[in-house]
Amino acid sequence: MDRRASTKESRTATHAKAGGEAGRALVVEHLRKTYPGTVAVDDVSFTVEEGEIFGILGPNGAGKTTTVECAIGLRTPDSGTIRVMGFDPQVDRAQVHAIVGAQLQTSALQPRLRVGEILDLYRSFYRDPADAGELLDALGLREKRSAFYKSLSGGQKQRLSLALALVGRPKIAILDEMTTGLDPQARRDTWELIEGVRDRGVTVVLVTHYMDEAERLCDRVALVDEGRIVALGTPAALAERAGGGKRVRFVPSQPFDDRLLTELPEVISLERQGHHVLVNGAGDLVNTVILTLAGAGVTANEVEVQSATLEDAFVKLTGRRLHEGDEMAAG
Amino acid sequence: MSAPGEALPASPPRAAFSKLLACEARLALREPIGLVYGLAIPVVLLMIFGAIPSAHKQQAQLGGLTVFAVYVPILIAFCIGMLALFSLPRALVTYRELGILRRLSTTPLPPSWVLAAQLVINFVLAVWALIILVVAGVVAFGAGAHKSPAGFVLAFLLSVAALFAMGLWVAAVARSATAANVMGGALFFPLIFFAGLWYPQQYMPAVLRDVGQLTPLGASVHALQMASQGTFPSAGSLLVMLAYGVGFALLALKSFRWE
Repeated sequence: MDRRASTKESRTATHAKAGGEAGRALVVEHLRKTYPGTVAVDDVSFTVEEGEIFGILGPNGAGKTTTVECAIGLRTPDSGTIRVMGFDPQVDRAQVHAIVGAQLQTSALQPRLRVGEILDLYRSFYRDPADAGELLDALGLREKRSAFYKSLSGGQKQRLSLALALVGRPKIAILDEMTTGLDPQARRDTWELIEGVRDRGVTVVLVTHYMDEAERLCDRVALVDEGRIVALGTPAALAERAGGGKRVRFVPSQPFDDRLLTELPEVISLERQGHHVLVNGAGDLVNTVILTLAGAGVTANEVEVQSATLEDAFVKLTGRRLHEGDEMAAG
Repeated sequence: MSAPGEALPASPPRAAFSKLLACEARLALREPIGLVYGLAIPVVLLMIFGAIPSAHKQQAQLGGLTVFAVYVPILIAFCIGMLALFSLPRALVTYRELGILRRLSTTPLPPSWVLAAQLVINFVLAVWALIILVVAGVVAFGAGAHKSPAGFVLAFLLSVAALFAMGLWVAAVARSATAANVMGGALFFPLIFFAGLWYPQQYMPAVLRDVGQLTPLGASVHALQMASQGTFPSAGSLLVMLAYGVGFALLALKSFRWE
């Protein structure tokens, strides 16, 4: 947990530093795309900065995939503007495909080609491709080099797919539902790979309907529902906006008066549960509570901190749970 | 870091096409359906006909030709039809069905190169079939030598153009590999009837023969037979094939979808 928190902070710091000169990798303005009978994307605008992992999070059918398909020129928007490193995917489709590596849902490879043959084929599409051996090593596919695609496990197929998205040395990687259908270990491995991709300097646009994935990986997240962005910001800021704020639970070293804490602006409510004290609040709640107690000579032991999650934010903003769609589809 | 991507041309290097062809060739060997349809079946039929003694007797009803000599062009048309209406659409529709075309369409590779590679592979198979049938027919079974080589090659190329265009149209409109198979069969079997597989054109009633020569495989067999007898194929049969080729190519272009 701690390690995770610290890497996230240092990451944000690098962004702040680079923010001035860093370009905009992907700009989407007032995108609208309809299919007969449905509005897939209603009015979507966002900007992805170079070097960040940008999440597009929402339930199935929210318009996430359509949005990225428009961004790489696979679909023609009804209206709106898209720029990929300055290029219009409708006009400079070839340029966009040369600088974007995409890993799409429901795309596949020839079942009877070998891993090495597929990688070799995809390398040949690009002017300055990555080294095949290096890529196989990085994605742990070295021993699978002569295996047929159809014999790979789900996780191995995803890794190969990621390798193909990276083989052209893209500036932007668009990854759509990378971890759907993978077991928990394979999902965590894939997350590390995605962080590795960003560490190579590639901007990542991550489409997902998993909260934990977005929280763990993304610098910023766009919450999408019914073809619109309902909220956009860092995972922490979005969770904050959910209003649930934070909760601190602790055991005080000696008794204290409730008012010591309830009079603080950060504190909303205080509840005693036997030895435990539960404080609800917002902002810099944890530090304020602990420092105030310390000032009164009270030590907080067994401190537990709970934050609102993106899931809370989604429920708050849309009145629905993220995975409702899944359950309905399954049932 | 390497040179900025903007400085490089976005189009894929030419080598991409040969890589694509190499992969398609490997797949053709690993899933030898095209080889079976296009090569094995006609060769087996040729051997069966060659082994029947009466097939080598000159028949007055066939204008003094042997049954065997009449069947070599029919088997060539059979190969072209099989490759065009089964092998070619099957590959393209399967690629679309599995999402392979979708994956490729996110790369700088123009989707038309995938189509071109399939056309090249199936064309190579058709040429092999032609060579095997002509050489085996002449050498092993003593079929008459072809006396109008230019006319023969032209008739072959136009047959390929007409049938491959129909195959592309099937690939364009069929939504699944199964549907492509059904459509291919619905086209192939009537067409191969008019080509004379079961009943050579020479035996057909005049009306049936005339109708047959307005079909692509009927015109193909007619032109190939004329060329193998030393006459340049009739303009009528060549034009029929050309018309099918252009017509179905336009239809296919209009309706082709990448996913």
